[in-house]
Amino acid sequence: MVKYGPYSIRLLKESAINHQQLKKAEMKAGCKAAIPLIIGAIPFGILFGTLAPTSGLSVWATMAMSLIVFAGSAQFIVLALIAVQAPLEIILLTTFVVNLRHLLYATALVPRVSHLPFALRTLLAFGLTDETFANMSQRYQPGSPLGDDHQFAHFFYLGSMFSFYITWSSATAIGLVLGNIIPDMTSWGLEFAMSVTFIGMVIPYLNTKAMFSAMFCAAIASLYFAYLPNKLGLIISALIGVAAGLSVVHFQKMSINQGEQA
Amino acid sequence: MNEFWLILGMFVITFGIRFVMFAFAGKITFPIWMQQSLKFVPPAVLTAIIVPAVVMPFGEMDFSFSNVYLLAAIISVIISLVTKSLLKTIFFGMLVFLLLKFLIA
Repeated sequence: MVKYGPYSIRLLKESAINHQQLKKAEMKAGCKAAIPLIIGAIPFGILFGTLAPTSGLSVWATMAMSLIVFAGSAQFIVLALIAVQAPLEIILLTTFVVNLRHLLYATALVPRVSHLPFALRTLLAFGLTDETFANMSQRYQPGSPLGDDHQFAHFFYLGSMFSFYITWSSATAIGLVLGNIIPDMTSWGLEFAMSVTFIGMVIPYLNTKAMFSAMFCAAIASLYFAYLPNKLGLIISALIGVAAGLSVVHFQKMSINQGEQA
Repeated sequence: MNEFWLILGMFVITFGIRFVMFAFAGKITFPIWMQQSLKFVPPAVLTAIIVPAVVMPFGEMDFSFSNVYLLAAIISVIISLVTKSLLKTIFFGMLVFLLLKFLIA
């Protein structure tokens, strides 16, 4: 205690204030970085809240899905499955397959969070959406406006995930209310809204031969296996598509290697 | 469908996937083929959902012109390729669908 003179105590206090300011700045910047993605997500949150009851999901389960599960594209896919009365096991298996990509995100972020306390890592994991991952990738780019010191970058993460979480849940609630006001949307053929949403999501992927093969094979297989019970065809077709994509990547690598040898 | 188990199951699966790497903080690594395969998963799953939904909207395969779901889906694919925008695709695709439904049905 005696070691610290009045001057060093002041320094310590100042640096504590400084840390506080840095944390605040990171958090604010995280919220700000999320804004464009939030604007893009609001219509989908509303669409989700509107479509969920027409697919047969209760109001509480719709809200719980946005509040507790918090996984945009999986939520839509599950709606589509509920609408065709797929059994719970298939729905959960599909959730697993669709969300597997988050493993990639988490793997990429591990070096950035491994020093943080366990409880904080738990919270950050809950908020690891596509959007927050995109935000964090920007934050860790060299030359980010917040600097290359990432000591408090997890506050950026918290800012991004909380603002996204609040918007997604509110948009879902708004959608539920809207769906209630506008009566009988099922008769409009709103189930097509889901198909067209998925088309808009899937077409931008079509930029490599491997991806084209994956989607083409998944499409053919999905018709071939359409009459399998319990929507099992979905999982089988997806696996066939993934296998097709991987094979093309593999063959491309082989032909590149051969080209180098020749 | 028991909604309690649906929500609980989806939560456990989704959170589990997001958490497992953070929990073990770098003690697990994945083989390259698995990392490569993950990027094919979302488009493959989505395709496998869309195609039967629009080819057989009422449970039987229907490749005729009276299948407005299939027609609107094909047009939506073109819209998406041209506009490259998700929201525009949804808006105009839906518009095309409702128009076709009104004209044909």
